[in-house]
Amino acid sequence: MSVKITLPTALARHTDGQKTFASEARNLPGLLAEFDAKFPALAQNVKDDNGNLRKFINVYVNDEDIRFLGGDTHQFEDGDEVMLIPSIAGGRCGQRRFLTVPYDESLLEGC
Amino acid sequence: MSVLESSCTVYELRCNECGKSFGNRPLSACDDCFAPLEVHYDLSSVRGRFTRESVAAGPANIWRYKELLPIPSGFQPDLPVGFTPLVRANRLGQRIGSKNLYVKNDSVCFPTLSFKDRVVSIALANAQAFGFDVVGCSSTGNLANSVAAQASRLGLKACILVPADLEPAKILNTQIYGARLVRIDGNYDHVNRLCTLIADEYNWGFVNVNLRPYYAEGSKTVGYEIAEQLGWRLPDNVVCPMAGGSLIRKIKKAFDELVALGLVEAKDVKFFGAQATGCSPISTAVKNGRDEIEPQRPLTIARSLAIGNPADGPLAAKMIQSTGGYAEDVSDVEVVAGIQELAETEGIFTETAGGVTTAVTAKLIAQGRIHADETTVVCITGNGLKTTDALEGRFHADRAVKPKLAEFDAYLREVDGSLVNLSASAESAAAKSEEALALAGGAR
Repeated sequence: MSVKITLPTALARHTDGQKTFASEARNLPGLLAEFDAKFPALAQNVKDDNGNLRKFINVYVNDEDIRFLGGDTHQFEDGDEVMLIPSIAGGRCGQRRFLTVPYDESLLEGC
Repeated sequence: MSVLESSCTVYELRCNECGKSFGNRPLSACDDCFAPLEVHYDLSSVRGRFTRESVAAGPANIWRYKELLPIPSGFQPDLPVGFTPLVRANRLGQRIGSKNLYVKNDSVCFPTLSFKDRVVSIALANAQAFGFDVVGCSSTGNLANSVAAQASRLGLKACILVPADLEPAKILNTQIYGARLVRIDGNYDHVNRLCTLIADEYNWGFVNVNLRPYYAEGSKTVGYEIAEQLGWRLPDNVVCPMAGGSLIRKIKKAFDELVALGLVEAKDVKFFGAQATGCSPISTAVKNGRDEIEPQRPLTIARSLAIGNPADGPLAAKMIQSTGGYAEDVSDVEVVAGIQELAETEGIFTETAGGVTTAVTAKLIAQGRIHADETTVVCITGNGLKTTDALEGRFHADRAVKPKLAEFDAYLREVDGSLVNLSASAESAAAKSEEALALAGGAR
């Protein structure tokens, strides 16, 4: 069984730029465990102090919010497309610079 | 020299949750914890400069508050957006049980008849500064209208995404400005998600996605105006419609800034949120005493409020409860009754969202959460001409009358029984309206 995972640019910095990849996970907790093993930096970024997915990240399975499908208990099926998107998303670090005060170039470091 | 060349306070983006600073850039979420970014001001930089007198000397539009808005230095606004009427609503107040009721009437906001004109003007000022030549938005209608209109004025290309089932007037009111309108086969939440993906791939300025922190600040002007128009004092209560949950928070932020700068006396203002029952994720959270939002699939005629997964929902729910306020929701029948109540008592024709807010205000008063003597401001955010389909079938044109006095007299006798019964007929109509209002204000 394999599902397709899609990440936004903001998270792909932890996966060597890969925005899509295959996963064997059968559900959301399984996917987070897979992140722990394969992409520890990604796991650290998307999980809160309690090990749960951060509340500002939404998960969609085949375009449906996973919360409508049963959340953690929802079982992925072969060929599912699973997408992680911050609830308020948009924008990339390092885009065109602002023309007014204050602007601190050093803030771009690490983005 | 433009009044804006001296421009505004120092500001930057900061994360609401972890406090990380981001300077100024087209970015809406923290890259560490993914919480929304918000514009943070160094208020000390305008203390003594932003005064009642300096505001009064400014133009009669939102730019009179420029020092507290995130606008790039050198920006030259030419559209007189905002500064809409705050009207005393005695007749509506009598009907629903408030002696001190006001309506903030953004149904006549310039240029596209909704409060979205405020946020778009701030967002597009920043879009230009960031160098975007294509701007866009996900919209339930009013935002689409405003982005299309203001982008055309600024010579920017606009690409606007809306749910396919949007009201026809809101589609026409976007297309007329020459904007590219893309109808998406889904609800607003599907549209919004698609826009986040587009903003991730295209170098476009989406006003409510990557420009969202700047965009949202425009809503503060509603709060500044309420305070100024009340004679530089704060009301006891604000009733505000909620879709994404941003406006109600920004009115509170505006009040807090005015208090911090000494323009108004501090006061514990209660904030009340209004939603349609068919899409009520925030009011449901507040009623349950929570600030986590369970998303909903919207099903309501109040399409401008039909956001089932509101971006600022958790923060709005938390803020409302922190002020001692509350949130309520009303059925679609009550929404229409609310539209009619406001029109019949105050001569203000609002869209479905305004029907929601009016009906929720009646309900909150009936519940005893808002008291008769308190100063209460109801925020009306959009114009009824855009949602006439919600009223379809409720009014019928009577037969045409020949242009003769005798024919007119006969017509009145036909419809009212007799001429002398005209006034009695009016009273009867009022009684019917009160029944409708009882519905709006009563328990469901």
